Amino acid sequence: MLRDITIGQYFPGESIIHRLDPRFKIVLTILFIVMVFTGDKFICLSVGAVFTVLVILLSGIKIKMFLKTLKSLLPLMLLTVLLNLFFIKSGDVLWQWKFLKITSEGVDISIFMIVRISLLLMGTSVLTYTTSPITLTDAVERLLSPLKKLRFPVHELAMMMSIALRFIPTLIEETDKIISAQKARGAEIDSGSFMARAKNLISILVPLFVSSFRRADELATAMECRCYNGGAGRTRLRQLRSAPRDYIALAVTLIFLAAAIVLNIM
Amino acid sequence: MAVVETEELTYTYSIGTPFEKTAVDHVTLSLRDGGITGVMGHTGSGKSTLIQHFNGLIRPTSGRVLLDGKDIWEDKKNIRDVRFRVGLVFQYPEYQLFEETVYDDIAFGPKNMGLDESEIKRRIMDTANDIGLPEELMKRSPFELSGGQKRRVAIAGVMAMEPELLILDEPTAGLDPAGRDMILEHIKNYHRRTKNTILIVSHSMEDIAGFADSILVMNKGRLFCYDDTVNVFARLEELTRIGLDVPQITKVFDSLKHHGIDFGKQVYTVEYAKKLILQRLAEKEGL
Amino acid sequence: MEYIIETEDLHFRYSDDEQWVLKGIDLKIGKGEFVAVLGHNGSGKSTLAKHFNAILLPTKGKVTVNGIDTADEEKLFELRQSAGMVFQNPDNQIVSSVVEEDVAFAPENLGVPYEEMRRRVDEALKSVGMYEYRLHSPSQLSGGQKQRVAIAGIIAMHPECIILDEPTAMLDPQGRREVMETVTKMNREYGVTIILITHYMDEAAKCGRVVVMDKGRIILDDRPEKVFSQVETLKKIGLDVPQVTELAWELRRAGYDISPEIITEEECAAALEKLIKQSGHGNSS
Repeated sequence: MLRDITIGQYFPGESIIHRLDPRFKIVLTILFIVMVFTGDKFICLSVGAVFTVLVILLSGIKIKMFLKTLKSLLPLMLLTVLLNLFFIKSGDVLWQWKFLKITSEGVDISIFMIVRISLLLMGTSVLTYTTSPITLTDAVERLLSPLKKLRFPVHELAMMMSIALRFIPTLIEETDKIISAQKARGAEIDSGSFMARAKNLISILVPLFVSSFRRADELATAMECRCYNGGAGRTRLRQLRSAPRDYIALAVTLIFLAAAIVLNIM
Repeated sequence: MAVVETEELTYTYSIGTPFEKTAVDHVTLSLRDGGITGVMGHTGSGKSTLIQHFNGLIRPTSGRVLLDGKDIWEDKKNIRDVRFRVGLVFQYPEYQLFEETVYDDIAFGPKNMGLDESEIKRRIMDTANDIGLPEELMKRSPFELSGGQKRRVAIAGVMAMEPELLILDEPTAGLDPAGRDMILEHIKNYHRRTKNTILIVSHSMEDIAGFADSILVMNKGRLFCYDDTVNVFARLEELTRIGLDVPQITKVFDSLKHHGIDFGKQVYTVEYAKKLILQRLAEKEGL
Repeated sequence: MEYIIETEDLHFRYSDDEQWVLKGIDLKIGKGEFVAVLGHNGSGKSTLAKHFNAILLPTKGKVTVNGIDTADEEKLFELRQSAGMVFQNPDNQIVSSVVEEDVAFAPENLGVPYEEMRRRVDEALKSVGMYEYRLHSPSQLSGGQKQRVAIAGIIAMHPECIILDEPTAMLDPQGRREVMETVTKMNREYGVTIILITHYMDEAAKCGRVVVMDKGRIILDDRPEKVFSQVETLKKIGLDVPQVTELAWELRRAGYDISPEIITEEECAAALEKLIKQSGHGNSS
């Protein structure tokens, strides 16, 4: 069933990571990405690894969830490994068959890439796992707000994002309903020939589009009736306040980043 | 005629998550053949989940659904045939319209059944006649029609499959009184012509009272009762307790009974109430 | 009486070559009233409601809300703040994925400062009985609960008047009860004027005044018991009357003395009891 998908993959909780200011969390995530990409030595990557493990433990979210994310991107990782294994020609040759050869350096780099991608995925997942999508949208809006001076439609984008998030469950439920209704009329959704399925897809997409437009229209009227007039002069119920813990988190992350850089140069 | 039965039918949602909920709980029943049955129960009673089992849209967690004595899930490949024999019209069915013309939309189901062109045409014309869709509408786009017309086209889309059992989930939801009466009348037309069994889910006992000859009541996932309309309404207090709205007139006669004026009958339509009262008054005056 | 809404010879059509949807509506609604506008689909009742909030503007005639002409664009927000609107589909009017933020939507738009907004949102949620759901996602709520959140979203603007356009049409009986209880409470306890657009006669029977529309005109406008006693008129335009009113009307037609203004079960049971007991005595004495 479609409704079993948890979009945004947010796991509510009360951990220190959950409670960090979302604006800081975004900045910390960017610093973390720099940390993982800064060096090309294992010792440097291990700093990122320690940091990742630490954050995961603090978040209180089961490690199983992070492994699930890795699993879903396994094909991408395998592809990276294959490319690195067979296209890096330098180093000692370990195995050769016709034009294919695997070198020691290829193996090293493959492992390095796997670890790097895994850390990247797990580390950034912490952000979406511990921050609700709506909070995240809000934080992005505030972080980008200086761009308003350049006439970049920050508020409008954030509003679109949050409305999209609001309607995802509604549309999933609706899609489920339409699929059931068409199945009851004999539409074959999960079996049948390719052509039949394509035709049946239309029987789902058309009603979904029609109803989405109707919803959009009604929502727009309802928003106008509640005095919506764009971002100018708006105040917010959701207040983002930074606490000492946010600065401590920032400091800790900067120390890790520095360590990674120093170890890489040494 | 299709004989639909369930044996210890149970369905549990979202097993293994905090949202786990048993929507249908060990329901064993055998649907009456040929009549009109009203299905009642408040939201969350399991009635919607139950009816989606009858045509194999939902697969039971445990227990069986039998069609003519055969488990419908015995051979998964036959499930589509089950859906042709047991038709289901969802709530607000107008949201499923998608074809370019009314005719094509009604033809979608019959075409999926693999019927030939002339049979499809015959069925569409018969159904259109039952449900009051004039021929000039057939070439129009369903999206240009009024709300009530769209609803009728969508219902016709399932009726044209001429299922032996037709299930309608709140076919009158959101319609005004005139629209509601019209739809109910059209469903009766279809019933008179085809003699097929009809199951109609409704929240309104007043609608069901004058329409169905038997009533099936669900409560908290269990089958609360399934009996002749008269016998179901006789259980006024229990029905009120499980949160159903009993017709106003039934409540009035119940209150009269408590005041010593007993008619000895279950009353749920104005017409019948009038008859009983006039009779009583005539008797008294004749004394 | 001070009026919150006044229409003067209101005519409306969508374009010049289309038929009139509203054909001369003169309606005055007093502050603190609880009015039902009853009519079948296409009677013009929703079109009329849309004029109270300047979603539509009169083709001819005039509408004033709280003294503001709805055609006055300068005062649009002031008008919409004093007359809030609740729509039929509970899903399509909720903007945010968190209940309390949705309730805050209008105050946010109006630039209400944080402390005041917090207070308004909490108050509004408490008044509709949804405070404990303030951090829920709307998708976890029932239809009736969503509609109560929508009402709270309007209450948070501190309006003088709430217009509800068929708010219960898509709800189950439980949801309909919740919404009716909520609007009744808003009217009784907070003195908010309520205009309820509906085609359910049992809801109209609970209001203080019923305006019946047909073909773009007002055909009846009175207390509910007076309106429902017009059984023939209502049936002719495709509306229901309460079962008990119909029964009383049928008995009257058969020549018995029973009040035509019966709209509740209690009134009906009492009247029938009297009728039956008296008829026996009448003969013996």
